[in-house]
Amino acid sequence: MGKIKKKFTAVWELYRDGFKNMTWGRPLWGLVILKAVILFAVLRVFFFKPAMAGMSDEQKSEQVGEHLTTPRKIQ
Amino acid sequence: MDAVIWSRLQFAMTAAYHWLFVPLTLGLAMAMAIMETLYVVKKDEYWKKTAQFWMKLFAINFAVGIATGIILEFEFGTNWSNYSWFVGDIFGAPLAIEGILAFFMEATFFAVMFFGWEKVSKRFHLISTWLTGIGASISAFWILVANGWMQNPVGTTFNPDTVRSEMASAEAFWEVISNPVAVSKFFHSVTSGWVTGGVFVVAVSCWYLWKGRNVQFARKSILVGGFVGLLGTFAVMLSGDISGVHAAEYQPMKLAAMEGLENGGRRAPFSIVPGVEIPGMLSILATHDLNGYVPGINDIINGYTDNDGNIIPSVAEKMEMGRTAINALAQYRTLKDTDPVAAAAAREVMEANVQYMGYGYLESPEDVIPPVGIVYWSFRLMVGFGMLIALVLVLVLWFNYKDKLTKMNWLLILSMLCLPFVYVCEEAGWIVAEVGRQPWTIQGLLPVNVAISDTSVGEVMTTFFVFLGVFALFLAIEIRIMINAIKKGPSVE
Repeated sequence: MGKIKKKFTAVWELYRDGFKNMTWGRPLWGLVILKAVILFAVLRVFFFKPAMAGMSDEQKSEQVGEHLTTPRKIQ
Repeated sequence: MDAVIWSRLQFAMTAAYHWLFVPLTLGLAMAMAIMETLYVVKKDEYWKKTAQFWMKLFAINFAVGIATGIILEFEFGTNWSNYSWFVGDIFGAPLAIEGILAFFMEATFFAVMFFGWEKVSKRFHLISTWLTGIGASISAFWILVANGWMQNPVGTTFNPDTVRSEMASAEAFWEVISNPVAVSKFFHSVTSGWVTGGVFVVAVSCWYLWKGRNVQFARKSILVGGFVGLLGTFAVMLSGDISGVHAAEYQPMKLAAMEGLENGGRRAPFSIVPGVEIPGMLSILATHDLNGYVPGINDIINGYTDNDGNIIPSVAEKMEMGRTAINALAQYRTLKDTDPVAAAAAREVMEANVQYMGYGYLESPEDVIPPVGIVYWSFRLMVGFGMLIALVLVLVLWFNYKDKLTKMNWLLILSMLCLPFVYVCEEAGWIVAEVGRQPWTIQGLLPVNVAISDTSVGEVMTTFFVFLGVFALFLAIEIRIMINAIKKGPSVE
């Protein structure tokens, strides 16, 4: 048990010290976080709503089956 | 332009943008892993500092490139929902494996690589560096399994109840992951990344030599970068040859478009540029036999007999069988709850014709022809620049070995120019692969106009321009950070 705990502590310290002592990597992490916010909090929420969101699997089968068997007019 | 065109443009833009970062990640990972290996084997601190500098540039590229692939998955749900549902677990399983593997491997070994220099043993650090690159390559494999299935849909059956392509057994999963198209695509894509990584190292190093600074560092880096780049070019040629054979076998129209071959035959010529041909060369490349038959665009439209003696129906006949499959699918879905016997008969008809179902949505046989000019010239750009890059890498390595490179400004400038050239190769390769398979999202089964969601032009246009703005901003940021890091240079001379 002590050995496992020691390993976990070593891994935790690796990440903790790594982030704490970061120099040129800091703005890169800023960039990654900024991008994640733009992607998931803005684009995903406001622009990229899945077309079949909220449908059950049966409803999805029904809709796609309809599209496959009845030609649609593409706008 | 309709919603199909806008959705395709948006997907193409996102994929092309994503593909700016991936090859450099794959190639630079290889170069820096070799440099670190030299540090561990030779116990030479200089190689450690050299590896650390390239790792810094690797991290910049990685940070900007990370998650750009996720946008493609957004687009599957928004613009390509019919396709997303239709492909079902074939796409879901590889992408899920890729996501989990990429996250755990990269989060673990990437962290050790950057944070672990003084914390873990040299050997463990070296293994982590190699595994970062291997992890990225494994991620690429799963993505290309999904893409390979779209080009050659094997191992699945279409279920008319769920309206999905499904893998019925573990053998089917094996068939999907060992799909020859996926395997050759994997090697072609990953080794093209080695070329990009190698050229990047050589081009940046040549800039230092041109500026007369960090000369020893640059010469040592050129040794590794040139080796990785050259190894990549040979592997790309080999895997490209296999990809050509696969295109002839599974996507003959793509090959015909690549060659602008209207009428095929035995001893088919290879076109260098319009009007300049090598007789018989296309037959050798496509079938590994001078007398191999290669169908042209007109042959594919009118039907032909392939090299194994199989009679390939004309597109008009395939359209007829496709319509039969679609009508039988409609009948099955109408009757399955009320008349099981008639539904079973309809299902049988559908299953007999389902391999041509996608053709039933086409309006004319000519719809199967992709934009020939784009595919033809993209292929020539890829091959032409690729050969130039191979030649430049040989010259750079030779004159670097002879200690004459620093005085050869023309070669230094040419090497730097190879950096944009290699990106043209990368993007042109994807254009050949993806534009060349139009009109299909899934070869023979689902054309783009049926794969699309119920979406409007306005919606897709809006997200297209939002993406364009966001992508341009992040690309400008990356280039600026990268240039600043290169200008600052390594910590050794």
